[in-house]
Amino acid sequence: MNPTFRRWLLRAVIAIPVAVFVVWACADDAKLFLRTLLNGVTLASLYFVVASGFTLVFGLMRNVNLAHGSLFLLGAYIGWVVGDVTGSWLVAVVAGFLVSALAGLLLQVAVFRHMPGQDLRQTMFTIGLSIVIADLLLWGFGGEIYQFDPPGIIFGRTPMPFIKAYPTYRLVMLATAIVIGVLLWWFLNRTRVGMMIRAGVDDRAMLAAAGTNVQMVFAITFAIGAGLAGFGGVVGGTALSIAPGEDTRYLLASLEVVIVGGMGSIPGAALGALLIGLAEQFGLAYAPTYGVVFTFVIMVLVLAFRPQGLMGKRG
Amino acid sequence: MDLKRRVIGKGVLAAAVALAFAGAAHADDVIRIGVLATLEGPFAAGGQDGIRGAELALKQKNGMAGGHKIEFVKGSSNATPDKAVGATRKLVEQDKVQIMIGPLSGDEGIAVKNYSKSQPGVTFINGSSGAQATTLVDPSANFFRFHTEGAQWMVGLGEHALAKGYKKMYLIAEDYGFPYSQVQGFMASYCAKGGHIVGKSWVPLGTKDYSSVVSKIPGDIDAVLVVLGGADAVNFLTQYEQAGGDKPMVGGTITVDQTVLNYKGKRRESLVGTPSAGPMADSLDTPEWKKFVSDYKANFKDGFPSPSLFAFLYYISTKAALEGLDAVKGDLSDGQKKYRAALQKLVVKGPAGDIRIDENRNGVGTTYITEVVKNADGSLASKVIKSVPNVSQTLGLSKAEFQKMGLGSRDVPNCP
Repeated sequence: MNPTFRRWLLRAVIAIPVAVFVVWACADDAKLFLRTLLNGVTLASLYFVVASGFTLVFGLMRNVNLAHGSLFLLGAYIGWVVGDVTGSWLVAVVAGFLVSALAGLLLQVAVFRHMPGQDLRQTMFTIGLSIVIADLLLWGFGGEIYQFDPPGIIFGRTPMPFIKAYPTYRLVMLATAIVIGVLLWWFLNRTRVGMMIRAGVDDRAMLAAAGTNVQMVFAITFAIGAGLAGFGGVVGGTALSIAPGEDTRYLLASLEVVIVGGMGSIPGAALGALLIGLAEQFGLAYAPTYGVVFTFVIMVLVLAFRPQGLMGKRG
Repeated sequence: MDLKRRVIGKGVLAAAVALAFAGAAHADDVIRIGVLATLEGPFAAGGQDGIRGAELALKQKNGMAGGHKIEFVKGSSNATPDKAVGATRKLVEQDKVQIMIGPLSGDEGIAVKNYSKSQPGVTFINGSSGAQATTLVDPSANFFRFHTEGAQWMVGLGEHALAKGYKKMYLIAEDYGFPYSQVQGFMASYCAKGGHIVGKSWVPLGTKDYSSVVSKIPGDIDAVLVVLGGADAVNFLTQYEQAGGDKPMVGGTITVDQTVLNYKGKRRESLVGTPSAGPMADSLDTPEWKKFVSDYKANFKDGFPSPSLFAFLYYISTKAALEGLDAVKGDLSDGQKKYRAALQKLVVKGPAGDIRIDENRNGVGTTYITEVVKNADGSLASKVIKSVPNVSQTLGLSKAEFQKMGLGSRDVPNCP
């Protein structure tokens, strides 16, 4: 078969059922369809915030950090305590970011720099670490459910055309994700440190020979990646809630996003998050019993036809 | 901990002695009871509390029943049926226990009941597993359940919802066996007395983002019936409120539990007044319940602030096993015939009311309807509104009527 024809055939196989579904859903209950669409996009923005940190570390540094979920939970819990003491949600968000960034920095400086390129060792270490952190957090914070209390102004509803109103907080979450995405892109592509990060990934030895402190660059990357997890912890803990077990849930979601989107690609993380978030919400609204399967179908399709991920570089 | 170590220590010693004397004179004055709970997996904390309940029942009788010393041999599963049967098999065939108490979780109960048929010489008493089918479908002659199950725990809540004026409701529940039973318990009487469940959303277990389910809730209903586990109920409620939902909520047995009432965050006023139902209530105001709670607290410093549902159910099950032994003075001869006859006649005076068993050997007891109230200090608590005595497994219907309805599932019962 002609490769161009094959590509178009594949696109048609995916696009036609989707188009048929959209037409049917709009005709059936347009309001439900639009709401579900918004729900999917806003859930995706939460996944993006957490997974962008993961893709930064996992993709750019080839560092398998399976304790990413623990950094998420750590930032969320500490953020909650800080928010409780200061009474300010914004301070809690900042604290969540800083605490996880600091923990990530410590991890990179104390552990990962001593095992570069040893995937298996890093994997085993981070799995062990995630279990220890989860138990310590359970010990310290108990099995209770924690939920953040955002300022009243963003808790309510925003009037929207056609669907009447939509929870303001979820719209704020979407805006936050867009801002973070743009900032990350700008940081990686337009700043000196970003350039160094990309250069270091391509050829670490060469970058070091050029006189750059490679360890410093990697420590900064890891701190930002971990900080985004903690940031996501507070943001996600406001939209949903924080409880033991959330660490593995977000780790799994991040893995799915990165596999679908492609490792190390920020636009890939955005696209992956969007697909996963939409699949979850549409599954829940239209086929609750089989909804869980959709996410994995997307993963299987991507791995079968484009194993490097939708936006990933080959090789 | 000390007690546990002592019991285990004695178990090892007794096992060694029993081996050495090949079960001679010694085995006669000690009765061995196997206790199976989930000490690993998702219900590990609940399983541990179940063991506390069983230990408390034995301790209250100073470790004796029917003139014999009682010895516990503990087994563990992880809430999967095959592991539960494996652990039970080990306790029965290798440790030679004469009575089995357990398991903890629904599907485990069905598997152990089936296994019990191959061991007619041993009496099985359910720990806390609450699947309807265990005793309702193909019951086993030597399997007893001295407590009520998931559907029975919701009986009376339907009438209560109607009395509050909730004529049209929308259901949100997790998609597996226990919620099916709970929903059936609610709907059996709710539908019969004129209520309507206009739509159902069965969501996968572990769903956190309910926003799309919330979008599906129609506007012209009186209340939402929510049968979700602790954390999920909090998530649902917040998202429902954010989306502008203002209908009151009715909860299942594990929806409005301590984890929801004690959650860390802004107190949601909308939670106040939420009715729910179950076989026990933390705020029960009877001397029996208060004694149970204070005994529990005194014996288990590392336990929960108040005994959990699992501690309560294992306590009753063990109490029944021991009181049965008292009734026959420890006589387990003749294939335990006398013992089983005694169990059949037994009325257990439990911390939350009397329990007897029906002809399928399933518990008939009281269900408590509770409502969330706000204390003076702003904290939330559940308060007993009324009790429904003598709830049978056919949910107050005749056997024929119940069979016509069938066991609870996604589509049964139905009254849109």
